[in-house]
Amino acid sequence: MSDVTLGMPQLPAPDYPAEVRARLEADAREVIARYPDSRSALLPLLHLVQSEEGHVTRTGVRFCAEVLDLTTAEVTAVVTFYTMYRRKPSGDYQVGVCTNTLCAVMGGDAIFEELQRHLEVGNGETTEDGKVTLEHIECNAACDFAPVVMVNWEFFDNQTVDSAKRLVDDLRAGRTVEPTRGAPLCTYKETARILAGFPDPRPGAVEAGGAAGPASLVGLRLAKGESAPGRVVSPRSSGAPSDEPPASHPSSHDAPQRTSASDPQHPSGPVTEEGE
Amino acid sequence: MTVTTELNEHSPEKLLAPVLSAFWDQPNAWTLRTYLRHEGYDGMRKALAMAPDDVIALVKDAGLRGRGGAGFPTGMKWQFIPQGDGKPHYLVVNADESEPGTCKDIPLLYANPHSLIEGMVIACHAIRSEHAFIYLRGEVVPVLRRLHEAVREAYEAGYLGTAERRSQKLGMAGLPGLDITVHAGAGAYICGEETALLDSLEGRRGQPRLRPPFPAVAGLYACPTVVNNVESIASVPAILNKGKEWFRSMGSEKSPGFTLYSLSGHVANPGQYEGPLGITLRQLLDMSGGMRPGHRLKFWTPGGSSTPLLTEEHLDVPLDYEGVGAAGSMLGTKALQCFDETTCVVRAVTRWTEFYAHESCGKCTPCREGTYWLVQLLRDLEAGKGRMDDLDKLADIADNINGKSFCALGDGAASPIFSSLKYFREEYEQHITGGGCPFDPARSTVWADEPRSTHLGVNA
Repeated sequence: MSDVTLGMPQLPAPDYPAEVRARLEADAREVIARYPDSRSALLPLLHLVQSEEGHVTRTGVRFCAEVLDLTTAEVTAVVTFYTMYRRKPSGDYQVGVCTNTLCAVMGGDAIFEELQRHLEVGNGETTEDGKVTLEHIECNAACDFAPVVMVNWEFFDNQTVDSAKRLVDDLRAGRTVEPTRGAPLCTYKETARILAGFPDPRPGAVEAGGAAGPASLVGLRLAKGESAPGRVVSPRSSGAPSDEPPASHPSSHDAPQRTSASDPQHPSGPVTEEGE
Repeated sequence: MTVTTELNEHSPEKLLAPVLSAFWDQPNAWTLRTYLRHEGYDGMRKALAMAPDDVIALVKDAGLRGRGGAGFPTGMKWQFIPQGDGKPHYLVVNADESEPGTCKDIPLLYANPHSLIEGMVIACHAIRSEHAFIYLRGEVVPVLRRLHEAVREAYEAGYLGTAERRSQKLGMAGLPGLDITVHAGAGAYICGEETALLDSLEGRRGQPRLRPPFPAVAGLYACPTVVNNVESIASVPAILNKGKEWFRSMGSEKSPGFTLYSLSGHVANPGQYEGPLGITLRQLLDMSGGMRPGHRLKFWTPGGSSTPLLTEEHLDVPLDYEGVGAAGSMLGTKALQCFDETTCVVRAVTRWTEFYAHESCGKCTPCREGTYWLVQLLRDLEAGKGRMDDLDKLADIADNINGKSFCALGDGAASPIFSSLKYFREEYEQHITGGGCPFDPARSTVWADEPRSTHLGVNA
């Protein structure tokens, strides 16, 4: 804003060092080959240059323009449209707190406020150690796991203020952090490479996190006559032996019946508020 | 306690019908091996043995309608593709699931990606396409990993690949080649709009295109293109495998079949519930434990934030395309976001409107300017700085967006404004007369009702 350039146009961005350029060109050829028209490779290539430098630099824009035979203006127009392309250096871990209506109401607003205070950064800012960039994000298609926090686009479901604070503390201290769904965290640059279309090379990354989160299974369990989470198996399923694994621990079948699944309107078990 | 083995008509076993979600609880559900154990790729084999037009006719007769929101008949979309035109045809799967509240395609692709791949192989056979794309929103890396893996497995098994390799591996002569490209987006809600998605897939800013021409005539690279939602395509293999009568045995005449309902918000058990179209929210709440204990339903969306809000009086509306339409809303994506009496409707609508303003692509004036001014007015109301005539102004601006903007994002932005003013005008007025928001946001959090004491009184 305050910099007046006095009509002097910005000089062209420097190119990547030859070794980097050669490596990225090989990757770019692979990406371009996936599409009938080379320009379709632009979004993946922007993810690719982001995997090199952590954000989309002017050098990255120049590279994309050159390999796709576009102008840097055309590439910049695309970069500025999409929120996943960062345009300034940012942290190794991007912590996104969902503050769209449902997550916000369920606690996302409280989590985001507290994390800003705890980390002493505002929206889109990075901690001094360069570890964590905090931002609020829009709905990430996990509303049945609200409130949701994403770190480098892996799911951290059912968060609380305390769990989110622990999470960022662990990230800053370099402790291992496991998402509720998804693979053990890699850095933002490594994530960007997967987004460019290069499969995660780490053994076990695809399997990590199991087949489905608990909320994804709640309807299926009910349809099979099993219990919903925190509730009790209805006696119906006692007919044919099932080869499915038990809902929880082996003796859950004779756990105290707190709420009959057949009559959810009338809880029969202890009600904490009144019982205390 | 009496133990009963009979199932009454209100039991979840009778009301739900897991098809796509039927084996999500199996270990390694996402792998080809597990999928094959559950009749995986049987539908594909049947389809490939049929004439393409017969596949289109079957899907049309089954009555499958688009699951991405609009409910357009899937078979008809396929039929619109001109044949013998000498151009390449493309199938593009819309996996840009970003509509607030919507959370069905992401768990589906995470647990069962092969249902989509199989559906795509069938759809490509039907529309004579040799290259298909999955446009996945970028913000879901765990799902991207599994799609990469599923596509790799499908190539290895010969479902995808060159003509020779597919014909040889599948033991069927004369199959054309087929490629699937997995494409990660970069964070833009508007790319869920099908023509914006096509622009984005062509490497441009994701802005909607003028229609006509429709994608069926001039879509990706100006070639005939089918754009379908993930769940629509993933539902196709079961139709091929079990037949149109089976599919039509669920749901209603005009809205047949099964679908994923996503329950979220202040409910006891949020999650995915797969059942026949036409189930009601009351049935879903009854079987799943209702609202969180001690609270009442205040308002809900039938299919994401772009579908007009409904209230307690709509609990018995059949959740199919016609039923929800008759109640003044839209089935949308079946994202049932439920809010209880602790939630301020003005706060909820303000946040959604901020979302639409942020995501407006800027191409057309009514949406770009209208959403901006809606946000200004709503923020004033929440802060107690509103005036009574602001409410009419809100309705007026929403009316100038609705139906007058370039694409459906604008209509979606107007929906929460109109419907909240219709059902909760008094609450808006309270914000003005009372000098601000009367609600305590702390009471609506998921942990608001947690007991202070750690002693839970478990009867061990």
